[in-house]
Amino acid sequence: MDKILNLPLDEKTVRGLKIGETVYLNGIFFTARDEAHMHALEYAKEGKKIPYDFKGAAIYHCGPIMAKQNDKWRAVAAGPTTSTRMNSLEPEFIEKFKVSAIIGKGGMSKPTVDAMQKFGCVYLAITGGAAVLAAKGIKEVLGVEWYELGMPEALWVLVGEKFGPLTVAIDAHGNSLYADVEKEVERNIPKAKEILKI
Amino acid sequence: MIDETLVKNTVIELLKDSSTKLPLDVKNALEKAYEIEEGPAKAQLEAIIKNIKMAEESSTPLCQDTGVHIFFVKIGDVGNSKLEKKLPNIIIEGVREATRTIPLRPNAVHPLTRKNPGDNVGDYMPYVNFTPIDSDYIEITAMPKGAGSENMSKVAMLNPSDGLKGIKKFALDTVVSAGSKPCPPTIIGLGIGGSADISIKLAKMALLRPIDQRHPDPTIASLEKELFEAFNSLGIGVMGLGGKTTVLGVNAELGYCHTASLPVAINVQCWAGRKATARIYKDGRVEHLTYKR
Repeated sequence: MDKILNLPLDEKTVRGLKIGETVYLNGIFFTARDEAHMHALEYAKEGKKIPYDFKGAAIYHCGPIMAKQNDKWRAVAAGPTTSTRMNSLEPEFIEKFKVSAIIGKGGMSKPTVDAMQKFGCVYLAITGGAAVLAAKGIKEVLGVEWYELGMPEALWVLVGEKFGPLTVAIDAHGNSLYADVEKEVERNIPKAKEILKI
Repeated sequence: MIDETLVKNTVIELLKDSSTKLPLDVKNALEKAYEIEEGPAKAQLEAIIKNIKMAEESSTPLCQDTGVHIFFVKIGDVGNSKLEKKLPNIIIEGVREATRTIPLRPNAVHPLTRKNPGDNVGDYMPYVNFTPIDSDYIEITAMPKGAGSENMSKVAMLNPSDGLKGIKKFALDTVVSAGSKPCPPTIIGLGIGGSADISIKLAKMALLRPIDQRHPDPTIASLEKELFEAFNSLGIGVMGLGGKTTVLGVNAELGYCHTASLPVAINVQCWAGRKATARIYKDGRVEHLTYKR
């Protein structure tokens, strides 16, 4: 049976997730990439309140294509963007806003993995480029904040209905599928060099 | 007869085709990868293949990153020199309209202020490469390029003494450091020679060739095959989650360079190797080459 998680997530649920597991999300979640991350952190620095409470929330590294029909937004295509661009921002973001899940592609670096372990957060991988499939799991677009940052960079408020499949690729215990693969790649480099005769 | 509206509408059709479909060579390579993979890699490929089908059926952009808009235009003699001079503007208008109607994601921003005009148009964007040819048609290729893979591109000015070994080492380092980031399985465009700017252009032009076609020069063809095998032995895998398929293809192009230099460049293409080409003839006939009508 498919494992469906309801948002916002509580710490027990987050800590119970294991790498390699497949999950789906139900409930409200938010897009945020480079600009929205920087914007939210600036707000926090200035002591200003961000438009939504991110505690227990899932943040999606995504710059969607949205279409407006009769004053209502609809997600046309909404796959993930490369998460590593947010590497320098995410640890502070997780600490400040207590988010429980980051959805993206390509994984994140050690400081983020450490922050996830410390504050109880997981990284959920969604297939890069599979944007129509991802949009199918977005039942509704509740609204948009910071639209002046541009359509891809704005903070979109989405309602997921069996949003996924998502692979738990970094858990809340310091484990990362990407780190495992990186080690494997290091081991394979000599073999590749042999093929190339270098 | 060929006219402004026909060219603009063809540009819009090419943008629609290129953003909602994938060329057969790429689809075949993905299907082949699906057959040989297992575990998480197979599941990722299943999502990719399912998504391609859904996008095609609903005429929806298959990836939300519909790229920045790069065109390759070959201009023959269509007996309308006024139209030829207007081509850059016609393409710009096509991009504007396609952004609104398909819709495409507005991606083009000012590099420093990051201000987004919302229509994918700005200085040097869309970028159009014009080549005059001896023919009675204008051939337009739309090649939308997403940032995830483009960001992993690299150029190196090697010493001539580094030779083929140096090129292979640079290529391997580039693919290893790109890792999971460019949405693997990728297509690697390799540009050898020219100058710094020409090598990266050659790398991009290499991506225009179908991945199941090797370079006509046997030395370059065997380099492509060797790199393909080496990259797929790395285990980066689909979406960087491990597996046998890290690249779908390796295409190289070569140009002559200065006797004192050896420029080499890699342009990385995500699995969504999107492009569409059409010819517009003097008499107004339009021939779609990538997606036949």
